[in-house]
Amino acid sequence: MGALSFDLLLSRGDFHLKAAFEGAVDGVTALFGPSGAGKSTLLRAIAGLEAAEGPVRFDGALWQGAGQKALPAHKRPVGFVFQNAALFAHLDVAGNLQYAARRAAPRAGPDVAEVVAALELAPLMPRAVGGLSGGERQRVALARALLTRPALMLMDEPLSGLDMKRKAAILPLIAEVPRRFGVPVLYVTHAIDEVTRIADRLIALRDGQIAGSGPMAEMVAQLDLGLGGSRFEAGVVLRATVTGTDAGYQLTRLDLDGQTLVMPAAPVEAGAEVQLRVRARDVMVATVRPEGLSAQNILTATIERIEPEESRAFAEVFLRVAEQPLRARLTRAAVDQLALAPGREVFAVLKAISFDRRVL
Amino acid sequence: MGPVWLTLQLAAVTTLVLLIVGTPLAWWLSQTRARVKPVIEALTALPLVLPPTVLGFYLLILFSPDAPLGAFWITVTGDSLSFSFTGLVLASCLYSLPFMVQPLQAAFEALGRAPLEAAASLRAGPVDRFFTVVVPLSLRGYLTAIVLSFAHTIGEFGVVLMVGGNIPGRTRVLSIAIYEHVETIQYDQAHLLSAGLLVFSFVVLLLVYVLNRRFPMGAR
Repeated sequence: MGALSFDLLLSRGDFHLKAAFEGAVDGVTALFGPSGAGKSTLLRAIAGLEAAEGPVRFDGALWQGAGQKALPAHKRPVGFVFQNAALFAHLDVAGNLQYAARRAAPRAGPDVAEVVAALELAPLMPRAVGGLSGGERQRVALARALLTRPALMLMDEPLSGLDMKRKAAILPLIAEVPRRFGVPVLYVTHAIDEVTRIADRLIALRDGQIAGSGPMAEMVAQLDLGLGGSRFEAGVVLRATVTGTDAGYQLTRLDLDGQTLVMPAAPVEAGAEVQLRVRARDVMVATVRPEGLSAQNILTATIERIEPEESRAFAEVFLRVAEQPLRARLTRAAVDQLALAPGREVFAVLKAISFDRRVL
Repeated sequence: MGPVWLTLQLAAVTTLVLLIVGTPLAWWLSQTRARVKPVIEALTALPLVLPPTVLGFYLLILFSPDAPLGAFWITVTGDSLSFSFTGLVLASCLYSLPFMVQPLQAAFEALGRAPLEAAASLRAGPVDRFFTVVVPLSLRGYLTAIVLSFAHTIGEFGVVLMVGGNIPGRTRVLSIAIYEHVETIQYDQAHLLSAGLLVFSFVVLLLVYVLNRRFPMGAR
């Protein structure tokens, strides 16, 4: 399930999309890239909302191309969540959901009651859509799209207008969609924090072309290697095991290949494997174990290689903690003063770690 | 009250016909990128600037039993188009066309692509989309279009005079009746009809502006 392939060509003025992809999109696949890379256009072309040349196939069904008349948008088994939600202003929330439910595809899928329960929409049902907050709007839009019983869910930067708090409330709901409703999600975003929190796979788009694709863990480490992210956001994903919780200090303890990390308590059970994201700019390097430092997470690491940026102040230091990669963004001056060199044992101080709450 | 009743009938039938004809025309104009679009738009707007007598003159010629259209009509229905109620309806439809098409076209264009794309993504086909999304979201436009077409038809004079003449019960509408009352110095009668028309027009427009504030627009 969830085999997607396309080879699309589209031109709009100066912008040219030439994107080919073939692979699985089970779980959540992030379609990631900088603004203007063509992410939304590509997503809209897959949905049939934008006319593009070339074939699109999903799970063996040909949606367009190969000399066949393109399937119009309303006949493709996709759900689409728009950036601005695009709820119908002449219907209340319940009416918007009913609109979709009445036109649901003839296949197994959730009914209104299930979706309303899953997305906690019951109190919103009689409300007019004009009075909803941005977060509520997108929850209704997601519910509405799910009710058409799509085979593939397409989401076009649905959280771009929301603040961090509201984003954090909705992201887990989106991450759950594939498991809960059996629908793979293709999720367009330019926000790396959204990608690391919900995506299982990543397709990177740059200048209208696919720059790379693959499972999340492999992709994050090379996000800056021409894949559309900036060095500022580059980092790694670490796998760790939860060992316990300190109820007094409200901390969760984690084991990372024999070394201990602590983080603010998260609702994860002991024994669970989690993904942690550490940005290169949040890692400091010390040649002796630092003392009298507020940072709690200090790991022993080995320097693998150093990449100085000659025209700028910075150097990227690639480290290894047991079998896992770690990166630090230091100044070139610091690298020289500490005499850092490949092979040297150092202490990596992690200033900030963000939890990816999804259990692997 | 003959002329009042006839006028209301004429306006109602004209509005209904225009609703059916104007909707697809306005929709096409709002969506098309065809090169002939400005030509069609100009033709549609023509009755706004043309003296009604000019329109009426050409229609009179077109409707005459000697002309192909007039002759065809007589062979099909047995009745003549000129100086008949049907002829008046046809003429009124042409004369009031921009008052139906322009508000509708503006309403359809103001909708934007979002609600239509949302409906398409919810598996609604083109006809389904039109009646379940476009129409309910364009109610303001429809209200304006219907009221303007109706009121404009009630007030028309020149075209009616040219095409319909002044046959009681058949083509003698309100504006003609007022004109005749004035011509024959029956000012009381003229006052009654004129004041009635004035009050009616004001009430209708007031209604439009009040209702206009209540309709939803677009997608959110």
